[in-house]
Amino acid sequence: MSWETVIGLEIHAQLATKSKIFSGASTAYGAEPNTQACAVDLALPGVLPVLNKKTVEMAIAFGLSVGAELPKKSVFARKNYFYPDSPKGYQISQFELPVVSKGAIDIQVNGEAKRIGITRAHLEEDAGKSLHEDFHGMTGIDLNRSGTPLLEIVSEPDMRSAEEAIAYAKAIHELVQFIGICDGNMQEGSFRVDVNISIRKPGEPFGTRTELKNINSFRFIEKAIAYELDRHIDILESGGKIVQETRLYDADRDETRSMRAKEEANDYRYFPDPDLLPVIITEADIEAVRQTLPELPAQLRARFVEQYGLSDYDAHQLTASRATAAYYEVMVKQGADAKLCANWMTGDLSKALNRDNLSIADSPVKAEALSGLVKRIMDNTISGKIAKQVFDAMWQGEGSADEIIEKHGLKQITDSGAIEKIVDDVLAANAGQVEAYKNGQEKLFGFFVGQVMKLSKGQANPAQVNELLKAKLS
Amino acid sequence: MHNLSIKELSALLQSKKISSVELTRYFLDRIQKLDAELNSFVTITPELALQMAEVADAKLAAGNAHPLTGIPMAHKDIFCTDGVKTSCGSKMLDNFIAPYDAHVVTQLKALDMPILGKTNMDEFAMGSSTESSYYGATKNPWDLKAVPGGSSGGSAAAVAAGLVPFASGTDTGGSIRQPASFCGISGIKPTYGAISRFGMISYASSFDQGGPMARSAEDNAWLLNAMVDFDERDSTSLKMDKVDYTASLNDAIKGLRIGVPAEYFGEGLDPEVAKVIKQAIAELEKQGAELVEVHLPNQHLAVSAYYVLAPAEASSNLSRFDGVRYGYRCENPQDLNDLYTRSRAEGFGAEVKRRIMVGAYALSAGYYDAYYLKAQKVRRLVRDDFTKAFESCDVILGPVAPTPAFNLGEKTDDPVSMYLADLYTIPVNLAGLPAMSVPAGFVNERPVGLHLVGPYFSEAKILNVAHQYQQVTDWHKQTPEWIEGGRQA
Repeated sequence: MSWETVIGLEIHAQLATKSKIFSGASTAYGAEPNTQACAVDLALPGVLPVLNKKTVEMAIAFGLSVGAELPKKSVFARKNYFYPDSPKGYQISQFELPVVSKGAIDIQVNGEAKRIGITRAHLEEDAGKSLHEDFHGMTGIDLNRSGTPLLEIVSEPDMRSAEEAIAYAKAIHELVQFIGICDGNMQEGSFRVDVNISIRKPGEPFGTRTELKNINSFRFIEKAIAYELDRHIDILESGGKIVQETRLYDADRDETRSMRAKEEANDYRYFPDPDLLPVIITEADIEAVRQTLPELPAQLRARFVEQYGLSDYDAHQLTASRATAAYYEVMVKQGADAKLCANWMTGDLSKALNRDNLSIADSPVKAEALSGLVKRIMDNTISGKIAKQVFDAMWQGEGSADEIIEKHGLKQITDSGAIEKIVDDVLAANAGQVEAYKNGQEKLFGFFVGQVMKLSKGQANPAQVNELLKAKLS
Repeated sequence: MHNLSIKELSALLQSKKISSVELTRYFLDRIQKLDAELNSFVTITPELALQMAEVADAKLAAGNAHPLTGIPMAHKDIFCTDGVKTSCGSKMLDNFIAPYDAHVVTQLKALDMPILGKTNMDEFAMGSSTESSYYGATKNPWDLKAVPGGSSGGSAAAVAAGLVPFASGTDTGGSIRQPASFCGISGIKPTYGAISRFGMISYASSFDQGGPMARSAEDNAWLLNAMVDFDERDSTSLKMDKVDYTASLNDAIKGLRIGVPAEYFGEGLDPEVAKVIKQAIAELEKQGAELVEVHLPNQHLAVSAYYVLAPAEASSNLSRFDGVRYGYRCENPQDLNDLYTRSRAEGFGAEVKRRIMVGAYALSAGYYDAYYLKAQKVRRLVRDDFTKAFESCDVILGPVAPTPAFNLGEKTDDPVSMYLADLYTIPVNLAGLPAMSVPAGFVNERPVGLHLVGPYFSEAKILNVAHQYQQVTDWHKQTPEWIEGGRQA
């Protein structure tokens, strides 16, 4: 009987506030060390934390987005441990009473839908950084990140494969960006994933788990799980026992290694932080946040399928971010065909954005303009092929679709007299092929179409060309 | 001069009969002359004081100064004071120059009250005698063999000796009231949250509360007006209605219901102290107050609960003193662990280490429920006792401490007997209530304080009762004989 993988994730999403969770210092990334650490972040004697209320609103927004219970009262607690990048000697977190309680999110793996439970999400402050290079055997401390707000999202151990774990992580990643509470930047550490993993024979109780810390890309999650899974299987199949421990994934060596075993783990001596009052959330607070929430990715996707007749795949692509969805809906509202709009966005637009490394918000071709192009395809002013040429010109800033079509004389030829003349010319010039066609080489039809299009510089209406050719060759 | 009330000093300044610079020099001279004996100051700041006095004089000359402008004062060395050493009585912070002002310091600086210096205290406010200070014990001006009480013993001794008209203090388990009692001055600990804790170095956050220490209830009322304030930098700061604490000082107390808990006069109370307190209560009865018997049945649990909860908070609050960013760092640390352990082992004194150990133990896995949670339950019981008692009385009276000031060194080897010196004051901190100590007599020529405890936000009532008591007594006006210019009534 094969092994079953059991995975649960703890995700640290850095909340996109301007200032820190308990001080007024800026949270901007990449400043000179210790230039964004105020007296509170330095834990000077006598300073006190004051909660940034925006973080609670963001936690509520997350809770609402995953259908979670939002307890009336949550409490900040101190997690006590000594480390130089933890200037107070404790981290302010939430322990017994988190701000967000049970919720769930739906994922899809290989076309199968699955619901992953969310145990809780709580607010806490980030630590600073220890810098080990450049200090000649000493350690430098940068407290810029100290006090940056985090939402720690803890899942149930509901995932049974790396694919599910990644689908879940991506769903949360997409969601937190969608509702605007996290920038999702994994390189800068704004979205960090810890993986809890164990294996068991199906039907048996959970096995001993190990925790893989701070993995900063989806690809590494996959590799770390694969490595750890093999390690568990090797140990258990050779009669060994898994040690419950925290392990670090080393991306350079593609391996995990032990950070600390459970028995070495700190006793954090959690207790309610007496410097902070309990956080009380009222129905009115929840309602106020609900008003600001956008349509969520899952709802939006369902609506796109229903309202615009899109495939699941297209709907998924077009709801990847709020900006993408908004772009799409602006295009459609301008009167362009829903399916054509989808094709253009997932095709040429997406390719151009990727090529120039631009986000959709920075696209040189705005939704209104692209809609204008699609409409010219719809009314047969240009063919789809010519449209690609027009799009490139629009991308280069040459003007609107209409201006470019006009300027370059790209308008489709729909005058059947004019097309007929070209058709006649082509047939006259290729008498041999006409003969062959008539003798049964029907594949040559495409050749004639190509020649007509070439002669018309692509501007002849393809439908009319087809029709005329068929008539003349029969 | 040093026997004048705040009100009298204010009148002299406002009428320009004296300048703030003159007044400041006068008190600086007294400190110079007398404090070598008392050791009530850790730091004296003559330059800062005189500079502030000059500004005060300019404002007084302009005629639009606040009534407190120009009156010199001192801060307990627990309040961060920009540019001034703020040691909290510890070797750990002997090298710490605060880079910012505590809210209380900001408030009083705004009124241009010249800061004469920083007063001595038990290390990190942990103690009842000011003997645990890194800077040596402060002596009681009434008897140099006696402790001044603690932890605000420096402030109490300085006011009692006439070195300063007023000093700030903090009260976590009695640290304003007990030294006020031992030194024969008046001090009030307001409702928890009334005075900002911002910049006041934390000992036990859910108990710590600042307050004034001065000669009389009236002086305290003037100062409380300046110190009570909502501060958004302290999440436990209270938004209270603005009250003029001087306005009701002269209200008659006829019909006042005084609660006298039987538990306050039980075992452990020096019979001579009991006599003084009963006499004080009789004095108020003469003015028309009525005695009501009340009960505080869980009072006896308070000290044990406090010595779980306060050390638990302290063990965490004092973790920031790690030798990394400021404060004491050991010589030649071998590695991180060595840096932490030796900096803390060498930087903290015995009592601080004892409380950190006790607190960390109470919070540790497997003991949390039995100690921390149980103590929190006791805390609620003690608070509920007071709530119930105040259904039938307006103010509770009793002793501040079971004895007058004890001798220096008498209890330093016996922490538990030292802890028990706070058995009347601690329950008030567990409940977060306002309470005050006013001088009520002497036992063995050492002062004894009367304890007044009121419901939440009843500071004005407490001050009113205390002031009325001080209208018919003069204990608060007495000064130690050996001090030049002092007089024994």
